[in-house]
Amino acid sequence: MTYAIEVRNVHREFKQSGGIVRLRRPVRAVDGVTFSLPAGDVLGVVGESGCGKSTLARLIMGLLPLTSGEILVDGRSLTGMDRRERARLIQPVFQDPFSSLNPRHRIRDIVGLPLASQGDMPKARQVDRVMEMLARVGISSEMAERMPGQLSGGQRQRVAIARALVLHPRIVVCDEPTSALDVSVQAQILNLLTELRRELGLTYLFISHNLAVVEHIATEVAVMYLGRIVEQAPAQELFRTPAHPYTRALLSSVLTPDPALGIPDVGLGDAYPDPTNVPPGCRFHPRCPSAFAECAVTMPDNIRKDGRLVECLLATTS
Amino acid sequence: MTASLQDPVLSVANLRVSIGGRTEAVRGMSLAVARGETHCMVGESGCGKSISALSVMNLLPRGIIRTADHIRFQGQDLLAMSERQMSRLRGDKISMIFQEPMTSLNPAYTIGSQMSEVLERHRRAIRRQAMDRAAELLARVGITAPGMRLGQYPHQLSGGLRQRVMIAMALMCDPELLIADEPTTALDVTVQAQILRLLQKLQQELGLALLLITHDLGVVARMAQRVSVMYAGEVVETGAVGDVFAAPTHPYTRGLLDCIPVPGKTQTGEPLGNIPGMVPRIPPGFAGCGFRDRCMSAAPECAQAVPLRDAGGDHSYLCRLPPDWTRASAA
Repeated sequence: MTYAIEVRNVHREFKQSGGIVRLRRPVRAVDGVTFSLPAGDVLGVVGESGCGKSTLARLIMGLLPLTSGEILVDGRSLTGMDRRERARLIQPVFQDPFSSLNPRHRIRDIVGLPLASQGDMPKARQVDRVMEMLARVGISSEMAERMPGQLSGGQRQRVAIARALVLHPRIVVCDEPTSALDVSVQAQILNLLTELRRELGLTYLFISHNLAVVEHIATEVAVMYLGRIVEQAPAQELFRTPAHPYTRALLSSVLTPDPALGIPDVGLGDAYPDPTNVPPGCRFHPRCPSAFAECAVTMPDNIRKDGRLVECLLATTS
Repeated sequence: MTASLQDPVLSVANLRVSIGGRTEAVRGMSLAVARGETHCMVGESGCGKSISALSVMNLLPRGIIRTADHIRFQGQDLLAMSERQMSRLRGDKISMIFQEPMTSLNPAYTIGSQMSEVLERHRRAIRRQAMDRAAELLARVGITAPGMRLGQYPHQLSGGLRQRVMIAMALMCDPELLIADEPTTALDVTVQAQILRLLQKLQQELGLALLLITHDLGVVARMAQRVSVMYAGEVVETGAVGDVFAAPTHPYTRGLLDCIPVPGKTQTGEPLGNIPGMVPRIPPGFAGCGFRDRCMSAAPECAQAVPLRDAGGDHSYLCRLPPDWTRASAA
């Protein structure tokens, strides 16, 4: 079976600058991530800030080189691939529609740029394709003549989605696409993304810190902690029966609008994760409410069972 | 009216805020916060919630004008106070915490120096006493090794720790009223839960009146006793949080609740409810309901003055529709 995207044991290290003596350890932002995603699926990637989810997105988009590992789209390796070819396979939608669109370009030129840079389509067809895409995301032809500054946040995010889809890519990497938007606009954008996926058979990598949003849009969820996927499962199963203590803590911190419930005790203590100083053994053990002595020594294996993945010593023993 | 609201800590009546004579940011907002009560103001960006809070503190930028029937804090008229009197009150009996703790802490001073300044300024305390008080409060907000933290600079602390420092700093002078403007929006969800638990615990122990501004209906449901939903500069619905969530009545409140995905409730892949269009800018002289252009149940009469209706038990809303309206009956 060919997957839409396969990520194989991907690592990315950052050297820290500064300091008189070069004693600083490298930050392992992504530390051995492996997953594969069938076409038409949506992988939600969740985790706290600093867990490496945005670095993973940038690696897949080709904005950062890998330290090691391999990424394949449609069975073809991205290593050494031409930028134009990569752009036809993968396109991004970023968080902030106020900084991801060039403020000095007209909307239709912004959406047309990926087509123009491919350089193999007659101008007239490019214009048609742009207008068709803009209409599809709900931007009128009159608005296409405007500048980004004349559009609202929701409209700008629609433009960013049109730009991502104009080349008919295989994968769309959405990095916090609704985090900067108000809830009423967030709902519009989520609905649009869902429709487009169904109609165009798209595959999304959907990165978000908002678990309720991920539960709504994802078919598969990966939970990241300090550079690794510590749990991955089909979305419904992960939300119904979380196996990793960290997943459980994350889920319990979701504040559903239910006045009968108070503020949950997440039970993670006061230790914050520090990517420059990953603890030995299980990297989550200093915060884990279920940790036992061995967790500080032994790094848990990746347990794969029934289409789920868990990286926890509790799962190994039981 | 509940008994406690006979004598609220903060009472605002008919507040209006105008930006440069071009935009009406707040249009007749009223609310009251009692001792020991958490009152949440909820709404989307541009609805006037933050600017209302700044109006209470008289911290509005130049060119923005506030008027009101009254703004009272513990019976004192804040509208009549001079800037000097107000600055004596701010940070003392009325404290405020903001969304982004990195920008509200001064990066060039240590935590201890910034915290003790509050007490030195308002209580003429000497540095030693002020530092002791600062250490005591840092411990109280759950910071381990407070002595060490006092000597550190803001950049040495994580976002969650910084927000704890902001809370501790706001409590230095035993305030009666704490205004918190999106205090957890910049934080991770796990840290958000910890900070909200802390705020709730301190509020109960100290009997604070807490005015909490947020865009997150989940935070409102879990934290508030009372809620005021704001839209286009007006409180469109207000009441006890249980009543408003059990029976949201204003079309905007209902729309907002339909927009948020709720794990286990909304179906994966099914469309979420949505409110078409976007928040309008309200020019001076605007009449009628500010929501009518986005409302599914709008009628021609919505362009005229909208009645404030009673939904029973201190729950009221600003709409022409009766409390038991349904979309079918409104059409």
